[in-house]
Amino acid sequence: MIQLRQITKVYPMGKRELRVLSGVNLDIEKGELLAIMGPSGSGKSTMLNLLGCLDKPTSGSYRLEGREVSRLNSGELADIRSRKIGFVFQTFNLLPRLSALANVELGLRYAGGIDRARAMEALAKVGLSERASHRPTELSGGEMQRVAIARALVKNPPLILADEPTGNLDSRSGAEIISILTSLHAEQDITLVMITHDANIAHHCQRIVHLKDGQVEREEKV
Amino acid sequence: MKRWLEPLSTAWVGVVTHKLRSFLTVLGIVIGVAAVISLMSIGKGAQADILSRIETLGSDLVTISPGAPTFGGVRGASGGVRTLTQEDAEAIAQQVAYVDMVAPVYSTSLQVVVGGENMNAQVTGVPPEYQEIQNLETASGAFFSDYEYQRGAKVVVLGSEVKETLFGDADPVGQQIRMGNNIVRVIGVLESKGGGFGSSDSVVLIPLTAMQQIVAQPRTSQGERVVSTIALTISDEEHAETAVEEITSLLRTRHRLAPTAEDDFRITSMQELAETVTEATGTMTLLLGAIAAISLLVGGIGVMNIMLVSVLERTREIGIRKALGARERDIWVQFLIEAAFLSLAGGIIGVIAGWIVSYFVSRTGVITPLVTADIVLLAVSVSVGIGLFFGFYPAWNASRLNPIEALRSE
Repeated sequence: MIQLRQITKVYPMGKRELRVLSGVNLDIEKGELLAIMGPSGSGKSTMLNLLGCLDKPTSGSYRLEGREVSRLNSGELADIRSRKIGFVFQTFNLLPRLSALANVELGLRYAGGIDRARAMEALAKVGLSERASHRPTELSGGEMQRVAIARALVKNPPLILADEPTGNLDSRSGAEIISILTSLHAEQDITLVMITHDANIAHHCQRIVHLKDGQVEREEKV
Repeated sequence: MKRWLEPLSTAWVGVVTHKLRSFLTVLGIVIGVAAVISLMSIGKGAQADILSRIETLGSDLVTISPGAPTFGGVRGASGGVRTLTQEDAEAIAQQVAYVDMVAPVYSTSLQVVVGGENMNAQVTGVPPEYQEIQNLETASGAFFSDYEYQRGAKVVVLGSEVKETLFGDADPVGQQIRMGNNIVRVIGVLESKGGGFGSSDSVVLIPLTAMQQIVAQPRTSQGERVVSTIALTISDEEHAETAVEEITSLLRTRHRLAPTAEDDFRITSMQELAETVTEATGTMTLLLGAIAAISLLVGGIGVMNIMLVSVLERTREIGIRKALGARERDIWVQFLIEAAFLSLAGGIIGVIAGWIVSYFVSRTGVITPLVTADIVLLAVSVSVGIGLFFGFYPAWNASRLNPIEALRSE
């Protein structure tokens, strides 16, 4: 599904350079449930941005479903994001002016077109059918994250990336979100990559990759 | 939902969410468009009004009036000279092609008395053709006939204002009035033509032959009978210019002007006047429109300002949309549609407002503004154009945002 080879990411900081990733090698199998852990500054978020085609590596090779994507232009990357990748963010990133349903529909907006029935179906999968017309401000944190998961899911992408999906939630809603993610992963043929600080959550995954100073420190099978 | 519908509904949600802000932004465009519509329609209305007045005087009418002769480069007062003669008129009628009817006109101011009322009227001696040349209609009675002209009958036709002053609401036809030392009989009253150029409302028309019995018509040194003006019509408007040229050369010959001397007469054709007026009022309309367009430009800058604010406020939304797979073009189109939407709304409301202003201006009766389709179309398309033009930069800014930074923004 994913092969990363010697991936580096360097940000210019004035005259000096900030090397965030330096030579990451990682393979991710199709249908895998993977956690990425590491202290802050270890390059987790940068890695997820690269995996999500929001950013390009400074050097190295990234093959997604066999296709080299590390040198594509912004339009081609947008195209990949629209069809292949669903994001779940720590801060949910819902549009506050739109209803839960409209937010989920937005997931289809750039992936072929808005389809109300499919959006309702995705909301049902996360158990929020009854809240379809509510605005994000009328929902709890856990509910907002479920809407965000539905939005990521609605276009049936092969890859879902979650950046600390429980980071802004209390432990009960956090556990709920994790159980939704893991059961979705079990039901559907989805590759799920999740950043987390929480070792308990990480142990719901099949494999844990530990990053440190921009490199893979160790991998651990659960 | 169709692909193009979503940005429209997003634009709508954006407008509704910030009602006051949207209203103020749109207001700039509304004022601009309303100003363009009302000022240009007033200009067009003024033009049509003036042209219709010229039309009532007869568009094929040509008037020759005496010009100021120059004495060693010093120009004398215009009209204060006696250069045109009845014989000039006869020569034009006989020798110039494309001339239909010719009327020598001699007018002078005379005291007119009836009962207790009296007034100083412009008594004008003319041949019967004058009625047709000037498009005159009688409101009551009739114009004098060829027969009355031939025998120099002392009969008069009153302008509507003169009739009003001397007779009020009574019918003057058949009544006698005193004019200088003579008694004349009223045989007709002219229909009012409204004020304006050489209005016929304030004249008393009399056969030129009768006029010559009442006042002594001056003569030139050659013994020709002096007239005030010569009115004539052109039989074929296509050849108006040729006719005017021929008249000019004929009169120059008759007046024995040296080749270097200036004309001692002026020829004014209504067609020419109409063209001049059309051109002048057209320029005025355009000028008014241009001034109004400046306010439209200011409105456009308002749109740009608000779009820049909107892009800034929605940076995070742009980041989210990009993460969901929006291409630069998608973002760009979305914000452009919003800008066009705002200015189109302003344009439509502005057309309505301009229309209302024009309506109230027409109610005052001074001028009847003409709201024509081309003005409306121009104003609306210019307003949308301004929206697109001033929306372009903010939209481009939005489309170029880095998705990661956009997602991180508050």
